[in-house]
Amino acid sequence: MAMLELQDVHVKYGAVEALKGVTLEVNEGEIVTLLGANGAGKTTTLRTISGLLRPSAGRILFEGRPIDQMPAHEVLGIGVGHVPEGRRVFPRMSVQENLEMGAYQRKGGNKEVMQRVFELFPVLSERKSQEGGTLSGGEQQMLAIGRALMSRPRLILLDEPSMGLAPLIVAKIFEIIAEINDDGTTVLLVEQNAAQALKLAGRGYVLETGSIVMSDDAATLLSDDRVRAAYLGEDIGAA
Amino acid sequence: MCFTSQFWQLTVAGLAIGSLYALIALGYTLVYGVLQLINFAHSEVFMAGGFGGLFLVRELVGDTAPGGAAAVLITTAGILGGALAGAGTAFVLERTAYRPLRRRGAPRLAYLISAIGASLFLYNLAGKEFGRLAIPMPDIYTSGTVFHIFGARVTTNQLVIAGAALVMLIALDRLVAKTRLGQGIRAVAQDAETASLMGVDINKVITLTFIIGGLLGGAAGFLYGLVFNVQYTMGFIPGVKAFTAAVLGGIGNVRGAVLGGLVLGLVENYGVACASSAYRDIIAFMILVLVLLVRPSGILGERLGRSA
Ligand SMILES: Nc1ncnc2c1ncn2[C@@H]1O[C@H](COP(=O)(O)OP(=O)(O)OP(=O)(O)O)[C@@H](O)[C@H]1O
Ligand SMILES: [Mg+2]
Repeated sequence: MAMLELQDVHVKYGAVEALKGVTLEVNEGEIVTLLGANGAGKTTTLRTISGLLRPSAGRILFEGRPIDQMPAHEVLGIGVGHVPEGRRVFPRMSVQENLEMGAYQRKGGNKEVMQRVFELFPVLSERKSQEGGTLSGGEQQMLAIGRALMSRPRLILLDEPSMGLAPLIVAKIFEIIAEINDDGTTVLLVEQNAAQALKLAGRGYVLETGSIVMSDDAATLLSDDRVRAAYLGEDIGAA
Repeated sequence: MCFTSQFWQLTVAGLAIGSLYALIALGYTLVYGVLQLINFAHSEVFMAGGFGGLFLVRELVGDTAPGGAAAVLITTAGILGGALAGAGTAFVLERTAYRPLRRRGAPRLAYLISAIGASLFLYNLAGKEFGRLAIPMPDIYTSGTVFHIFGARVTTNQLVIAGAALVMLIALDRLVAKTRLGQGIRAVAQDAETASLMGVDINKVITLTFIIGGLLGGAAGFLYGLVFNVQYTMGFIPGVKAFTAAVLGGIGNVRGAVLGGLVLGLVENYGVACASSAYRDIIAFMILVLVLLVRPSGILGERLGRSA
């Protein structure tokens, strides 16, 4: 049984259908990437999994349990963390408080988890008392990922963690995603940075205007001509 | 200046009434923080606190003012009675006047209409059930004056009001700054959707925010009744003034509401000395208009709210 299953999920914004029957699955321990152009519906997919949006049709199962009617705070409670698009750190909370927010539902100590987050992102421990809103873009992304880890999710949803960051920071973030996965967390990674995402992931899906148009092993997708042309910015004709 | 001769007397009076405005203003500002909505029925929460405290104290006080330790206990009971009545009213308001609208994603204007409707309903209900005449609080204290400071007389009522308000204001400030619930409230105020992704049950936080605002506003209702009597219409003027105080300090900003309340209380009393007591209520509204024109975000700005 897959850890996460989307079965023919439809989502509408008013009359406009943003997802037109998305079916995908993520197995425990995997890194799966969801690729697609602007407006394809990647963020919508993640927000629906997290319970921020309700599907108009279809089902979502997490560890065999239907979660498509669950409010967001309960979805987090059963083990799904979400690093939202645009980071969304709490601007007027300190780094420390932002991390504590990630552990809002956890009873008892969170020292250990926080220690691990500081190991992954030493810069956060140096800036514990700085307000979230005053961090650099890269630091905010690290905080957003660290904050999501604080709930010890079994599945983490990452929405374009590389957006707007310098290549060096992007490489660093991708390394950390690999480490998080090594720690035992399953990853569903939304990216426009297809080349790097496919190198990191085991499998990938390609979303186009609300429908999955391709799904395969990452290596296969990476060498697929259509993927190369559309998402890796390569001009195949000139090759 | 016109107010220099009675400066300290006016300052004492201003701080006492100002601390009540601060308590009520917190109810507006906390709810605004989490919902970006002005709870215009909050004045009725205050009124309910006045009646709640009055009824309880009437049971406890006999024919003569008890004074001494009994007076301290009865005052505490009155504050608690007012606070509970206020919290209950605020809770019911949220459930009946606002939550159904929120569930349907109603436009802003609908909330305003709902608030005004709830306010009219509540104070007319109180007028019908409890009578329309002003009811004085029974005498609790044997002495009217406690001490003098810089030649200004400080009444027992003023001391009770300012002391109780100070304790509650500090408790609230600590709650928002240091507790898990307070952190949840701040998170919802800064970014409600992300707060829910962190596991915050937004509905629960909103309910608790109304209850906290209701506790403070209800307690203020009782304290106000110590000086000005209890009546079904008692919420209107202090309600608008406290709203002014919240805007003055920066709506959504906890410390701003306290500062706004104290400033308004002082300015109002200094102003009365300069003009006439007939201008007391006008001063508050002039300040409201001026703030809206000159610095709409208030003295301290929107700190709890979303400006990022
Ligand atoms: N709140 C909304 N109301 C109406 N339409 C929306 C809303 N959010 C998204 N959409 C539409 O749904 C479609 C999918 O949007 P979505 O944000 O999921 O795309 P995306 O793949 O994440 O894009 P990007 O790479 O630019 O982040 C788009 O056409 C978008 O305009
Ligand atoms: Mg997106």
